Amino acid sequence: MSEPVLATHNLVKTFGALTATDKVSLDVRAGEIHAVIGPNGAGKSTLIQQICGGVRPDQGRVALLGQDISDLGTQARAKAGIGRTFQISELAMEDTVLQNVMLGAIGAAGNVWRFWKPALNVQSLTEQADAALARVGLSAQRDTICAKLSHGQRRQLEVAIALTLQPKVFIMDEPMAGLGTEGSKIMTEFLDDLRAQAPILLVEHDMDAVFALADRISVLVYGKVIATGSAAEIRSSKAVRDAYLGSDA
Amino acid sequence: MRVNEHAITAAVILGLIALPVWALIMDEPFTITLVTRAVILALAAVGLNIVLGIGGLVSFGHAVFFGIGGYAMGILAYHAQTYTTLELGMLSTGGTKFMPVIWLVAMVVSAFVAGCIGLLSLRTSGVYFIMITLAFGQMFYYFAISWAQYGGEDGLSIYIRNDFPGLNTLVPIQFFAICLALLCLVLFLMARLQSSVFGLALNATRQSAIRAETVGLNPMRLRLLAFVLSGAVTGLAGALFADLNRFVSPTMFSWQLSGELIVLIIIGGVGRLMGPVIGACVFVTLEHVLGGLTEFWHIYLGVILLCIVLFARGGIVGLLTGKEGAHV
Amino acid sequence: MSTILVIEQILNGLQFGVMLFLMAAGLTLIFGVMGLINLAHGSLYMVGAFSAAAVAGLTGSFFLGLIAALAAAALAGALIEMVVIRRLYKAAHLDQVLATFALILIFSEGTRWIFGSFPLFLDIPDMLSGPVTLPGGIQYPLYRLTLIVIGLVVAIGLWALIERTRLGIQIRAGENDREMIAALGVDISKLYTIVFALGAALAGLAGGLVGAIQSVQVGMGEPVLILAFVVIVIGGIGSIRGAFIGALLVGLTDTLGGVFLPELFKLFMETGAAQKSGSAIASMGIYILMGIVLVWRPTGLFGARA
Repeated sequence: MSEPVLATHNLVKTFGALTATDKVSLDVRAGEIHAVIGPNGAGKSTLIQQICGGVRPDQGRVALLGQDISDLGTQARAKAGIGRTFQISELAMEDTVLQNVMLGAIGAAGNVWRFWKPALNVQSLTEQADAALARVGLSAQRDTICAKLSHGQRRQLEVAIALTLQPKVFIMDEPMAGLGTEGSKIMTEFLDDLRAQAPILLVEHDMDAVFALADRISVLVYGKVIATGSAAEIRSSKAVRDAYLGSDA
Repeated sequence: MRVNEHAITAAVILGLIALPVWALIMDEPFTITLVTRAVILALAAVGLNIVLGIGGLVSFGHAVFFGIGGYAMGILAYHAQTYTTLELGMLSTGGTKFMPVIWLVAMVVSAFVAGCIGLLSLRTSGVYFIMITLAFGQMFYYFAISWAQYGGEDGLSIYIRNDFPGLNTLVPIQFFAICLALLCLVLFLMARLQSSVFGLALNATRQSAIRAETVGLNPMRLRLLAFVLSGAVTGLAGALFADLNRFVSPTMFSWQLSGELIVLIIIGGVGRLMGPVIGACVFVTLEHVLGGLTEFWHIYLGVILLCIVLFARGGIVGLLTGKEGAHV
Repeated sequence: MSTILVIEQILNGLQFGVMLFLMAAGLTLIFGVMGLINLAHGSLYMVGAFSAAAVAGLTGSFFLGLIAALAAAALAGALIEMVVIRRLYKAAHLDQVLATFALILIFSEGTRWIFGSFPLFLDIPDMLSGPVTLPGGIQYPLYRLTLIVIGLVVAIGLWALIERTRLGIQIRAGENDREMIAALGVDISKLYTIVFALGAALAGLAGGLVGAIQSVQVGMGEPVLILAFVVIVIGGIGSIRGAFIGALLVGLTDTLGGVFLPELFKLFMETGAAQKSGSAIASMGIYILMGIVLVWRPTGLFGARA
């Protein structure tokens, strides 16, 4: 089997007495959606932060396409090919949707030192941005101020920005949150197609979406991966039932 | 009332031309000097607005660059008027009275110092940044006071205004024209900058630095360049201010001046192109009118400022356009 | 250069340092608990100095003056907290800076309006005037020595207040978790007013004490305020211990630098030039210290992680 696109090895992070992640090792392979589920406080956010560079692990490594990226900062990891979407939107709220997506295109183009031409007239950037907006279905909101978007639309915008980066792997933190039934369905279909472009590490609470989409699922409880397997394996796992689904369902 | 921002820009510029022309016809040179003062303060605040309005960095030390611009003018002109040489290590010069050279030196030195201060202070953010910029401002203030060679606490007087080819700079309206032309040029460049790729990225970084990092941009570098550009513009304003007064002293470095520059922007509107210009006009008017009524006009300024902060966050441009200012 | 001079200057540095601590402690406490940057803290220092000078002038009693300084600053602090400051706790830093800058303008010009532009003078009380002989035969002004002792006593008292009392528990809880202490039934707005008044009282005390060795005038507070900011940047925001260490470092650096740098420069320069450049560099000493700390530890010596 080929090398995984993204791999974590024994990530440990503690905050005082709390162990947020306890030797978390998982990988994301080409073409797959690997979902991470777990109850609140299981350490999912801290895991994402360690992968994307916001939090430095106490121990363990992160590798992208076999390259160790553990010592890189957020910015360098983004350049290396990590495309992240946020659970609580990190967007330029005063700017338009288009400007937000263009930021991704600017980052991907790597040349921010342009001072003369109005950004909105730089065709290469607007084209990329418009293409990304069309793919997530936000073209109609192109010129809307970001703060006026619904929560669901902000999720879509987050994904659109990540698309412009053309990352090697997507790290998505609850892209379904706030989308509603219809929106979730559209997003599910979209992610289903997206995995062919780059694999996705999906942290999600919407279990319908997770079981419909994920090639593999890892269950994180109290910072530990207690099971990894296909949707069917996870459904039938006793450990998972006891630790997570049992208490939740 | 909802006014288009372009209309505001046009109206303000026209007003800045009309008032001195009227004063010229009425033979009121003092009014011209007053408007010149407003234009120069506006230029300084336009510089500050790059970091404050677009970059979201509350620099409470911009008087540093204003003062450096002032001293660049003062020192160069001092050597020229006393026919002494200025030794700078390898380089020695007799100083100059030629404005464009003075402006260039003021901007280059300000930009360099901004780079140094920026490298240190941008390692931090928020309240630390405010306190550190304030502290560096004070450092330059005390340094200027103890710099006996150039007048120390008393400052330096330059007896004749510096030269600009083809103009008699001692005629108020001609000096005013120079200042207004520079302000318009910088405003034009500022408008380009604001809408450019760099401007978009810097503005987004203000709103979410994490977002900028996540798309692979380096917030530190964006902010540092903004700080350097900002310092250069404020430095240019400082050189003009010193030329207006034909005098430079450590008060150009004072923390009050840094505060007043921020106040100008707040009165006008944060992050708005014309915010600093309108703010400077209002400020100079208040200073003149209230200052004529009472010796304690700063009390009223304080009360006005409190009201703006507590009740009208968009400043005057915000009130006119019905939009709030940039959140810093 | 004699040992006596060195010790004397070290004591001067300590005296300056502990007075800076009184300012910085209030600032850092207010920032730590309420998240507020208060530029008007220097005005409270000035209020203390003017109250002390005015009351001592009227009654002839330095100690009544000092009590007046404490009371007036605490009162002024509580007043501005209730009228203005409490609207700013959730506001952006820029708003806090502007509103408290506006307060400086109002306080400064108001004081000038009441007392005029001429400085007032506050005399050192008889029982504290004159020199005292320290072990080793060093003559040192008793009043300055008293300031050092008062500063240290206040530092210990503040430590005890925060570590050992109910109010201190609430303050520490306020630094960590605002919702929590509200949930515990503590009247948070009252707590904030008390903390602010406490910080103000410390500033007023410093103003009153220093007023006897400096002239009391409008604008005296802000240079001290900015030095207190340097102290906080060095010590780390929100840390009383950091404020104490930072204040002593700044006090010693400033005092010793001003005296010894010119001497040092004389070793390789002619006297006049050494005096000039030495004192010019010395005036930048504490800021250079701040720069070094920033490179080494951007959040200060005892600051929380960024």
